[in-house]
Amino acid sequence: MNALPIPTRRDEAWRYSDLEALGEVWPSGVVSERIDVPAGETRALTLVADAAQPVAVRDWTVTIADGARLDLHILNLGGRYGRVALDVTLGEGSHFELGAAQVAGGKTTLEIVTHVRHAAPGATSRQTVRTVLAQQATGTYLGKVAVDRGAQKTDAAQSVKAMLLDRTATANAKPELEIFADDVKCAHGATVGELDATQYFYLTSRGLPPAEAKRLLLHAFLADAFAGMDDAGARETLEAAALAALERLA
Amino acid sequence: MAMLNIENLHANVGDKEILKGLTLEVGAGEVHAIMGPNGSGKSTLGYVLAGREGYEATSGSVTFDGKDLLALEPHERAAAGFFLGLQYPVEIPGVSNLNFLRTALNAQRKLRGEPDVSAADFMRLARTEADAFDLTMDHMKRGVNVGFSGGEKKRNEMVQMALLAPKFAVLDETDSGLDIDALKTVAGGINRLRSPERGFLLITHYQRLLDYVKPDKVHVLSGGRIVRSGGPELAHALEREGYGELAA
Repeated sequence: MNALPIPTRRDEAWRYSDLEALGEVWPSGVVSERIDVPAGETRALTLVADAAQPVAVRDWTVTIADGARLDLHILNLGGRYGRVALDVTLGEGSHFELGAAQVAGGKTTLEIVTHVRHAAPGATSRQTVRTVLAQQATGTYLGKVAVDRGAQKTDAAQSVKAMLLDRTATANAKPELEIFADDVKCAHGATVGELDATQYFYLTSRGLPPAEAKRLLLHAFLADAFAGMDDAGARETLEAAALAALERLA
Repeated sequence: MAMLNIENLHANVGDKEILKGLTLEVGAGEVHAIMGPNGSGKSTLGYVLAGREGYEATSGSVTFDGKDLLALEPHERAAAGFFLGLQYPVEIPGVSNLNFLRTALNAQRKLRGEPDVSAADFMRLARTEADAFDLTMDHMKRGVNVGFSGGEKKRNEMVQMALLAPKFAVLDETDSGLDIDALKTVAGGINRLRSPERGFLLITHYQRLLDYVKPDKVHVLSGGRIVRSGGPELAHALEREGYGELAA
């Protein structure tokens, strides 16, 4: 078998990656997985990618058949470099839900790269990504939604927000649409900001010490990513892990 | 010495001087009102006292309950018993009103060396005060001010004040945007909390609130300083004649 050439920055999907770290695992260390949700079925998956694996590159191929549904919730914390790439194909009337949070400090590079293809009519997709970055960390979301010619009544939404705790951190957000049908609803929004000064003042003026005020605001910001989870236990696990990651940034 | 003693206070917002030598004393047990035209520095005064970043006292002094207020961080001012009710209360999605208040109350108590309020006691207190200001427990469980009407936000400020039980409260236009019933509810709350140990400074545009909460003194703020002080009758004169004459 010929080894695949390692990607370069000229490749849009790898533009913001830590290619040096990638070199250490390429190609054998890339974890490729398939998830196939059969017609009419519902699956819920959660993934916590933490420092247990300093360089973690995941490449998932997902198919969601007609009338099926996948709820995927990811907490990407990384060690040095953590990448989750998702290639999702949606069947008729199916649904894909992605809620992802990324938290990083130091020189960590995190990225979530999605390609969601609405291949048949009436499918819906919702992607919510929240990223908190400190120090020299880099956090990226590249998300392409492609709507095939016949995929009328597609409803796709991407909500991407990043918060920078230090001016030295870097956030990249690129929601993208490629639409070949004419009766579709595709919404996307991306913001990169800092902690809201008015909210922060409000909390501290009522007696919350600075660290506690920040913790509450950041927790609320990240919680958007897990808000839709049915499984309360799984949600609490993800939120607790996200909170612990925020504590480590301080 | 008065509970709140502001002496020749100058303060900037950015590089613009807004307060230009403001002097004011409010004693324990007193209610003072500050009235004044738009842009006179009323809200700036509240923010400077609460310690908001970007509102910088450049000279003068503020002594609160014997402490140098300006030397304290915002959360330390709160723990010392200072409260600012905002003109535009902030929405904080994802942080529940109850969780926020309980965390704030216990953080204040911790700084004062007092034990935490138990969850049961806190819930009882929250229920009582929400009820007193016509808010439901649903409002208390929601994100802070999220989906609240203008009047509900102002009443939520009052719930917070009642729960935190400060020694001194500055209420910045808490009366604006309230219908007459809500105004009476808010005024009733202030009157209930009036005590010989607690002071109030009411910042307002209208004397309407002062019909329900009788102030001991009324001051006119104009151009960043107090230009006139008097009894409750001053508010009526202002309402009749406008600021033009009196603030000149």
